[in-house]
Amino acid sequence: MTSKNKWLSTPYVLWSVMFIIIPLGMIFYYGLTDRTGAFTLQNITAIATAEHAKALWLSLLLSIISTVICFLLAYPLALILSNMKVNQHSFIILIFILPMWMNFLLRTLAWQTLLEKSGVINSVLNFLHLPNINIINTPYAIILGMVYNFLPFMVLPLYNVLSKIDKNVLNASRDLGANSVHTFFRIILPLSIPGIISGITMVFVPALTTFVISTLLGGSKILLIGNVIEQEFTQASNWHLGSGLSIVLMIFIILNMIASAIFDKEGEGSML
Amino acid sequence: MKNIAKHIYTALIFLFLYAPIATLMVLSFNASKTRAKWGGFTFNWYSRLFQNEEILEALANTLLIAVISAFVATVIGTIACVAMTGMKKRSRTILMGITNIPMLNAEIVTGISLMLLFISMGLRFGLGTILLSHITFNIPYVILSVMPRMKQLNPSTYEAALDLGASHVTAFFKVVFPDLLPGILSGFLMAFTMSLDDFIITHFTKGAGVDTLSTKIYTEVKKGIKPEMYALSTLIFVTVLILLLLVNMAPTKNKTPNYGG
Repeated sequence: MTSKNKWLSTPYVLWSVMFIIIPLGMIFYYGLTDRTGAFTLQNITAIATAEHAKALWLSLLLSIISTVICFLLAYPLALILSNMKVNQHSFIILIFILPMWMNFLLRTLAWQTLLEKSGVINSVLNFLHLPNINIINTPYAIILGMVYNFLPFMVLPLYNVLSKIDKNVLNASRDLGANSVHTFFRIILPLSIPGIISGITMVFVPALTTFVISTLLGGSKILLIGNVIEQEFTQASNWHLGSGLSIVLMIFIILNMIASAIFDKEGEGSML
Repeated sequence: MKNIAKHIYTALIFLFLYAPIATLMVLSFNASKTRAKWGGFTFNWYSRLFQNEEILEALANTLLIAVISAFVATVIGTIACVAMTGMKKRSRTILMGITNIPMLNAEIVTGISLMLLFISMGLRFGLGTILLSHITFNIPYVILSVMPRMKQLNPSTYEAALDLGASHVTAFFKVVFPDLLPGILSGFLMAFTMSLDDFIITHFTKGAGVDTLSTKIYTEVKKGIKPEMYALSTLIFVTVLILLLLVNMAPTKNKTPNYGG
């Protein structure tokens, strides 16, 4: 609109500087100094100590596995949903957002009840004479918790791009003699890349950095990098070390952001 | 045949997503205090819930923070969207990039960065600091809901209103605002939901003695969750479900506010 409206951006610009930019600056300040305020790289290189490196490696491993599983589960689902004739875009989004109205901690805890030795799932498996599963308090339970919590964030961007693909393009592809496998790999898959990238970001980042899911489903023995950072702030009170490790974590997040900026310039793969 | 497979697949995913919710609902009627055993059906926890002042206070805090933070975020976010359309492309890109930071960054990093800020400002940790944090992570959801509407807008209608003698404010509220309204409402709902479900950022920015439902549940994890909590979540979930079904079934489908934007 008119240039007279320029001052309208002031509140938001001020807010962003105050509560987004400056706080991030503070993490860098704390991460790059020691308790006396002198510059140091020690808090960053601390990631190489056996304990921290192990936590980071486990976090990377579990979050990558979870992201792959989410993608493999979500893509077919998003395809099915996007082909539904019903013009119920908002309804489908609703179904995936609705679970958030039940507290996230309680929902994750409910998996304990479901997974227990004599829990619901094992009772069903017993009934069907199938072997029991005992994954509670193991890394497998953490993967399950990650997939469960973040699956909607993979489904929604995929559903969004897939339902926007012009059906005429698909018809044209078939008219020109492509079979459905060809159409999928040459048309549908390339057109859905913005959604794929966005979905991967939305799942990978929270999975990599979680400390809650590992606390609730992994018992107390399994430490992810999120747990290490959380403990530095709430128990050990070593903010410098916690900030340094956060900077390491942010490197992975920034790599992810760059990838999504390259592949999804128009923001087509957004969740909404 | 292919269709049946599709339906089974979809059903299995929804079973996966909703099984924990069903579990919690069942537990809210479980007479036995432990999660592991079914001790018969009872409404006991529902009546106990309304006598449990700690839980009710946490609920009040949660709702208060969600309403205020979603409202403030909606106002700031909507104004920002209007402002951004008048900006040069370069500054708009930069501002949108900053908007994306809280969405793409890890919640734990956002949480501790705000905690460090509040400490250095010497703020007292409590409802105020939680509120500031929630507004911060809610604004992007509002902007992302309103921006697409803004782009669809025809600027000539606004100019026409001005030509016909309307002031900027009148022209905005009579011409632009009604077109933005669905986006604004879905942004508000999204922000409200995110605030309500947040644990991580609240965990780092709350003070001692102040609890939302999430932080209260987290402290209860080790001692065992009070069954009243299951009763409360069931009530919240069912209420929202009914409200959303009513809104979505309203006859004017295209104009109703929804999460779809």
